[in-house]
Amino acid sequence: MEQTLLDVENLSVQRPGAEVLRGVNLAVGYAEVHALLGLNGSGKTSLALALMGAEGYDAEEGRILFDGQDITRRSVTERAQLGLTLAWQNPARFEGLPVADYLALGMQDPSRERLEEALEAVALAPRAYLGRAVDNALSGGERKRIELAAVYAMRPRLAILDEPDSGVDVLCLEDVISLMRRMADEGTSVLLITHRDEMASMADRASLICAGAVVRSGTPDEVRDYFARRCRPHEDLLGSQPWGEEAGGTYQRVVAEGVCRE
Amino acid sequence: MLDAYEKAGGKPDVLRASRVASAVISASDVLAVNEIEGVTIKTQQQEHGVRARIVVAPGTKVEHPVHLCFGMTASEGLQQIDSQFDIGEGAEVGFLAHCTFPNAVELKHVMDAQIRVGPGATMRYREAHYHGSQGGIEVLPTTHAQVEEGGRLEIEFNLTEGRVGRMAIEFEADVAARGVAELVSKAYGSGDDDIRVNEVVRLNGEGARGLTKTRVAVRDRARSEITTTAEGNAPQARGHMDCTEIVRGRAEARNVPIVVVRDDRARVTHEAAIGSVGKKELETLMARGLDEEEAVDIIIRGMLRD
Repeated sequence: MEQTLLDVENLSVQRPGAEVLRGVNLAVGYAEVHALLGLNGSGKTSLALALMGAEGYDAEEGRILFDGQDITRRSVTERAQLGLTLAWQNPARFEGLPVADYLALGMQDPSRERLEEALEAVALAPRAYLGRAVDNALSGGERKRIELAAVYAMRPRLAILDEPDSGVDVLCLEDVISLMRRMADEGTSVLLITHRDEMASMADRASLICAGAVVRSGTPDEVRDYFARRCRPHEDLLGSQPWGEEAGGTYQRVVAEGVCRE
Repeated sequence: MLDAYEKAGGKPDVLRASRVASAVISASDVLAVNEIEGVTIKTQQQEHGVRARIVVAPGTKVEHPVHLCFGMTASEGLQQIDSQFDIGEGAEVGFLAHCTFPNAVELKHVMDAQIRVGPGATMRYREAHYHGSQGGIEVLPTTHAQVEEGGRLEIEFNLTEGRVGRMAIEFEADVAARGVAELVSKAYGSGDDDIRVNEVVRLNGEGARGLTKTRVAVRDRARSEITTTAEGNAPQARGHMDCTEIVRGRAEARNVPIVVVRDDRARVTHEAAIGSVGKKELETLMARGLDEEEAVDIIIRGMLRD
């Protein structure tokens, strides 16, 4: 077996009223871009938060190995200090915290040059953004780019990017894709959570998560093909209504009723 | 005195610049006053402080902010500053006030300010405090402001360096038609500090607008109580009160927003967030490698930043 940076073994996570992860197995290699696909409510963000060690996402069962070390019980800070980080789907806002200071938080050498490089990597003009605050005055798209810049600036060993493409205009998807490729080229592994085919296509490998379990891993083509055949019917069935826990477990009910069985 | 002034964010060189209006008051001594064209500063010593009257002539556009430096280097005593600000019609002026009490052990600083912002005039006033680490100080500023038609008053009060001690801010503003009053208060309490802010903005004229923005963080056993009142007393008056208080340790924070509307075409809103730092904000910073205490400190410092 190839060496892996991240090994998730039989990971289960319970949230109030629902088991959001059920025996997840997942491996991400060194400097690999690994796409994680799945419908809304399938457990993608829950897995991201469990990997980062977020409060309320403790493992009931299973373990998380990071470069061979068991980090299952480690804190968010400890995981980050080992080189694991997360770009949230809807990043937090920080009143009064300048973008420059925010980018510098996880950097070894927060020189002006490195700060500018990080912003340029997400196609933001440094002069226009370094002095601004990471607050509500930023648009959703700007905030997401700054989040990606902060993760890139940190030079982590594994970056979990939770839907980096959502809220970013289509014309700029190419910027996001080239950033991930650049990160991988510079030695960072990327776990990319996405709904978009064109994003998944650029990955080295992909996995499909369904009802809290990884049901398929392989090349992006293999997984996307499986996704199209087995998961698209859910979208047809569910239409545009909200899914997941907030919708009373609609997604879980559909899965339980066996629409996707062989 | 100037060392302490610098620690409070002031620039001593500015106090010597002839083109910048300024006044330096230590205890009850007026150490220096510089007037410029259109800005007169008259001072009078009183038993425990100074009485000052600052007048900006109508139509004067003051290029550089007027610098004011108040304080005491003694460890105990009383400083009472009674001030009047009279901003003439159409004038525009900014003030940077630094209040420094670096050695306070048992000291009281009382300010009583009367402000008139004339028709169409603009006054921006920023006051930063620097206190020592003892916390033995009482800061009791009282302000009454009259904003006349089309006038604009912006006040920012910042007490985030050193210990607060006991602070009780009393602020009242009456705002005439199309006038604006904005008040921002920021404080960081620790130990057994006690922070009380009571703000009342009366929007009396048609189209008058008012905003109070309060940012307070308390830790250890510190207490804060923020009471804000906005009155919509005229057509199209618009008021908003925005309060965020972060609580750590055994500290306690209270917020009491009072909304009064006396005209059915006025609108007053308020928002308040009180409690611990948000989990997501915390975890976002921790995911960059910071520990929880460092993350909380960054969030609080950002919130209280000028």
